[in-house]
Amino acid sequence: MANSTVTTAVAPGAPGAGAVRSSSQQKRRNRYVIAPLILVSVNVVLFLVFFVWPGALGLLYSFTDYRGVGKLNFIGLANFQKLFADSTFYAALSRTFLYTVLSVPLVYVCSLGVAALLVSKAVRGRTAAKIVIFLPWLISPIVVGVIWKWLFGQDFGFVNFVISSLGGNPLPWSSDGNLALAVVIFATAWGGTAFNMLLFIAALKNIPEALLEAAELDGANAWQRFRNVTLPGIAPTSFMVILLSTIHAMKEFAMIQALTNGGPGTENTLIVQYIYKTGFEQSKVGYASAASMVLMVVLLAIALIQLRFNRKKD
Amino acid sequence: MATAANLPPATAPEAEAVAGPALRTGKAAGIPRARKGRSNREARAKLSVPLTALMWIIAAVYALPLLWFLLSSFKPGSELFSYPLSMIPREWTFQGFVDAWERVDFARYFLNTATVAIVTTVLTVFFSASTGYALAKYNNAGTRLFFVCILATTMLPTEVILNPTFSVIRDLGLYNSLAGIIVPSVITATGVFMFRQFFLTVPDDLLHSARIDGAGELAIFFRIMLPLSRPILFTLAIFSFQWRWNDYIWPLIVLNDPKWYTLQVALRSIVGAENIDWAVLLGASVISIVPLVLVFSVFQKYVLNADVSAGLKD
Repeated sequence: MANSTVTTAVAPGAPGAGAVRSSSQQKRRNRYVIAPLILVSVNVVLFLVFFVWPGALGLLYSFTDYRGVGKLNFIGLANFQKLFADSTFYAALSRTFLYTVLSVPLVYVCSLGVAALLVSKAVRGRTAAKIVIFLPWLISPIVVGVIWKWLFGQDFGFVNFVISSLGGNPLPWSSDGNLALAVVIFATAWGGTAFNMLLFIAALKNIPEALLEAAELDGANAWQRFRNVTLPGIAPTSFMVILLSTIHAMKEFAMIQALTNGGPGTENTLIVQYIYKTGFEQSKVGYASAASMVLMVVLLAIALIQLRFNRKKD
Repeated sequence: MATAANLPPATAPEAEAVAGPALRTGKAAGIPRARKGRSNREARAKLSVPLTALMWIIAAVYALPLLWFLLSSFKPGSELFSYPLSMIPREWTFQGFVDAWERVDFARYFLNTATVAIVTTVLTVFFSASTGYALAKYNNAGTRLFFVCILATTMLPTEVILNPTFSVIRDLGLYNSLAGIIVPSVITATGVFMFRQFFLTVPDDLLHSARIDGAGELAIFFRIMLPLSRPILFTLAIFSFQWRWNDYIWPLIVLNDPKWYTLQVALRSIVGAENIDWAVLLGASVISIVPLVLVFSVFQKYVLNADVSAGLKD
């Protein structure tokens, strides 16, 4: 009884106080909801229009035999069935995997090696060296393709000229599929070092020098210090660089377009080039979209595997 | 209440930032100064020569393709293929550049590319700043969701959804116009992350005191936060300018009429030709790089000294 009177006595006052608070809270909440909404609005619209819409449309197309004009005609999973029996698709996909598996470690080693040298106080002229190695970052993928095509030209290139002046046989850089891929990989490493090097330099500078000195006092040699102190210290950056370079390699397009155009023949046609050719040049939009969906799943799988791997290491 | 909810994301990195140096000095103090200095100096002196040599050999390897390409562009067409090749042109000429400028409608392509690069950069910097700020300083379900969305865009690059993206561009009436390249390129995950990361390090106290002084939310962003973010602003501006200047995929799918071509698409049409006119191609490629080199030489400190990992690590 007494309790209930207390509650009833208090109750009338509560809504009033609550109303005052909630109206000011309401105002504040509006402020904190509307302001960020205005700030992100443009990017939200762009995200919806240029990622969600085409993403959904691509999924839709992949179940049709759409050819760029006319109505959508649903054909179920026929595109995917055809795709998984298509040897050119497999060729493109496996060539892309090969390219990725070979180029990513090379990019990683080059950028980390260069970064390690550039933060070492023993090296003289670091600023100048940094600028020289950074220059390829300014050059577009198309021009990188041009530069390497010019350097490795089979009949006119500088590399074959040097090989033959040293008494060797000129190598068929553009008519042999594997050598052509090797040139593409060199060009990738050359163009990809600069930016990743910056990431590694920032990471290496963040490793406490005291940690390295302590390891040195404990008798660790340079390799042991690198292996047991530096490498774990830059693990998050390593993860980032490997993930970004893998995605980058999987969608390589412009550079190879200028360098070999997928040649010799179609031997080095990578997956995005395959999608471009089927989707735009042969206007099999439905079929190309099915290939795109497969690529998307592959990219997602790569990202998830690497994320998982990274978690486990932590 | 709402302010308290805003605190956690900002305080966490701050706490780290405070703990980091303290930890470092604590460890450094444990090691005798003199001994450390001597052993370091000795080791450094011993390693200096081989490491410096190694660094410069690597730098030379990176410089070689570019040097060969640049020097070749000053050779007359007849000398390009005449054996024995020589690194330094026997006869210096600007004919390649003159031919390239006359044969290819360079003035037009320059204008198109510059328009795209400048307009997109201004928009990208502004909207990335506003989005990054909202994601850093307003912590609610909406901003958290959008952060994940932005993260997802890195997994779904345009290369993967070429055909549907083309359909969207066409349906929006942006096909074959420079706006069709500019508008979709404004949203960039890297830009948003860079700003978000920066604004996370700006103390919330600044925000609170501005609020107490009666400043509106948007006024706080425009008058306090945006000016504070100047270094990131410049870094992203250079990045964005480089991305857009060197972009190939968007112009390729959006543009059809050669009068709107950008440099990269124009270059690709020279290098993709049946018989490549190397004299013109080399000249044209070198010319296309010049503006970026100029921009870079002025603003290089914003790229080379930037802690680029800040925006990407997240």
